Amino acid sequence: MELNLLTLCYLIGSLTFIIGLKMLAHPESARKGNLVAAVGMTIAIFGTIFLYQEDGQKLHNYGWIFGALLLGTVVGFIVAKKVQMTAMPEMVSLFNGMGGACAMLISIMEFKHITDHAFVWEGVSSLPGFMLIVGNINHLHMLIIVVGMVIGSVSFSGSMIAWGKLNGKVKDLNYNGQTYVNLALLLALVGLCSWYVYHTPISSSDVGGIGFTLTDGTIATHGLQPIQIYLFYGILVLALVYGVMFVLPIGGADMPVVISLLNSFTGMAAAFGGFLYGNQVMLTGGILVGAAGTLLTLLMCKAMNRSLQNVLLGAFGSAAKSGGGAKEQGNYKEISLSDAATVMAYANKVMIVPGYGLAVAQAQHTCHELEKTLEEKGVEVKYAIHPVAGRMPGHMNVLLAEADVSYDKLLEMEDANEEFKTADVVLILGANDVVNPAAKNDPASPIYGMPILEVENAKTIIVNKRSMKPGYAGIENDLFFAPKTSMLFGDAKAALQKLLAEIKNV
Amino acid sequence: MVQSLFDWFTLHIEMVYIVILSIFLGIEVIGRVPSVLHTPLMSGANAIHGVVIIGAIIVMGRVEPNNYLALVIGFLAVVLGTLNVVGGFVVTDRMLEMFKKKKSTSAK
Repeated sequence: MELNLLTLCYLIGSLTFIIGLKMLAHPESARKGNLVAAVGMTIAIFGTIFLYQEDGQKLHNYGWIFGALLLGTVVGFIVAKKVQMTAMPEMVSLFNGMGGACAMLISIMEFKHITDHAFVWEGVSSLPGFMLIVGNINHLHMLIIVVGMVIGSVSFSGSMIAWGKLNGKVKDLNYNGQTYVNLALLLALVGLCSWYVYHTPISSSDVGGIGFTLTDGTIATHGLQPIQIYLFYGILVLALVYGVMFVLPIGGADMPVVISLLNSFTGMAAAFGGFLYGNQVMLTGGILVGAAGTLLTLLMCKAMNRSLQNVLLGAFGSAAKSGGGAKEQGNYKEISLSDAATVMAYANKVMIVPGYGLAVAQAQHTCHELEKTLEEKGVEVKYAIHPVAGRMPGHMNVLLAEADVSYDKLLEMEDANEEFKTADVVLILGANDVVNPAAKNDPASPIYGMPILEVENAKTIIVNKRSMKPGYAGIENDLFFAPKTSMLFGDAKAALQKLLAEIKNV
Repeated sequence: MVQSLFDWFTLHIEMVYIVILSIFLGIEVIGRVPSVLHTPLMSGANAIHGVVIIGAIIVMGRVEPNNYLALVIGFLAVVLGTLNVVGGFVVTDRMLEMFKKKKSTSAK
């Protein structure tokens, strides 16, 4: 009876995940969808704690379980509540890593469970220290444990590096032949796992018996050699190293794609856990996230006009060198703060194009203030949001929403491109590649074909950047050298604050 | 090896069904998501894979009470899993809360 109730809990859990995910994909229902999934998760967790049985035995160690749940809840809640909105992407990465580590530890525990209950069998002289495994553990069981551990570990160490990169603690690491080293690591990992699973555990018929009868009368049909136990932990270390090496060379602006990919990895690791325990809700949840995460990764790549292969192998940089280098650069002109302020204050319509630079400088509040001040002066202000502006797709919308910028001022790319034609001033705040006209008119450019904001249709363009350095794609932007364009150098926040003061004085 | 694979499939055919159907479902469900929602959706999916915590609870719940190494590893697994679940859902909610606020102010 109780077991049936648990099955029902899992059914509800699986359903809420599906419905929740569906609702998350639509703006109106997204928040409710998140809540629905959270409720389902709670039901599944408490159902497991109180109703789960194995061979008629309930779970024990309640003290430890509740202690861990409480600790995790309190810490998770506080951290998630306190984190700055600009730090959201690295937070997601961090939590993703936690899930990966959880999957990794489960596999380690399962393996330990096997070895802890195994008997050393000295009866086989050719295999000293041969351990008999109690229970029905075969190749597939081993496969699930090992693969779950490997995916979980890669996801864990990879997410930690991604987290470090996003908050600036870890720098990019590039060296010659990196792709080959990583490829070799991956092949070694896959090869080792296949070999391991195929040869472990040893069937007792391999060592001359159909099954060994243990003292309590049960029959063990499989065994392990001591070396195979060490090798398991060797694979663990290799997987962790691979996760680090895999993420290290990937550029900071590509991190969202990587995080999304690692996210779907953790989903798959959870699904392997589902196989391990014959647990439907883990299986559904894990596979759902694995599939949805993979698709989301591809969608993100598409929005940035990059292929997943490019992101992962870093082909972008080399393509950029061949594409943009030969072109002659003209002169750019700078604009003083007071000139910029005057131009904007006397305009009819100002469009703001926020980018990565605004997110890094956390200038969204100052930006909103600038918008209000301009409106008081009778200037119409709108924002043009590129789909991949910010540190993650959709991140800019979240940031501006945090600063109370009203929804109808945010224009999506297509609408914005119409509006640019009637705009007097376009203020570009730390955006670069998303306004690079090369994407439209230079087939040799690596970003050719990427949809961009056509700011060059406006009358005047003011670009705020920290320096003339190219954006993350590593290509020069002709827009900055156009006669209509003037540059306003400086950190987005500092520049906006000064600009704000000047505008108030106009 | 092949025989055991075959046996396993026969034994777990319902799981195989779940996997195949879930893959299509996962792809279908987020098929046409607007790019504005990419970040929250990723964060929400991130919270959902925290379901791995159920495995941690099961593994933890059957450890012998005197096997301290296993208990500590299990404890860590449950803590990490909980962090993933709670942190994931709360962060997603915070992101989406802002979308909502934005709408109500524009309605006024």
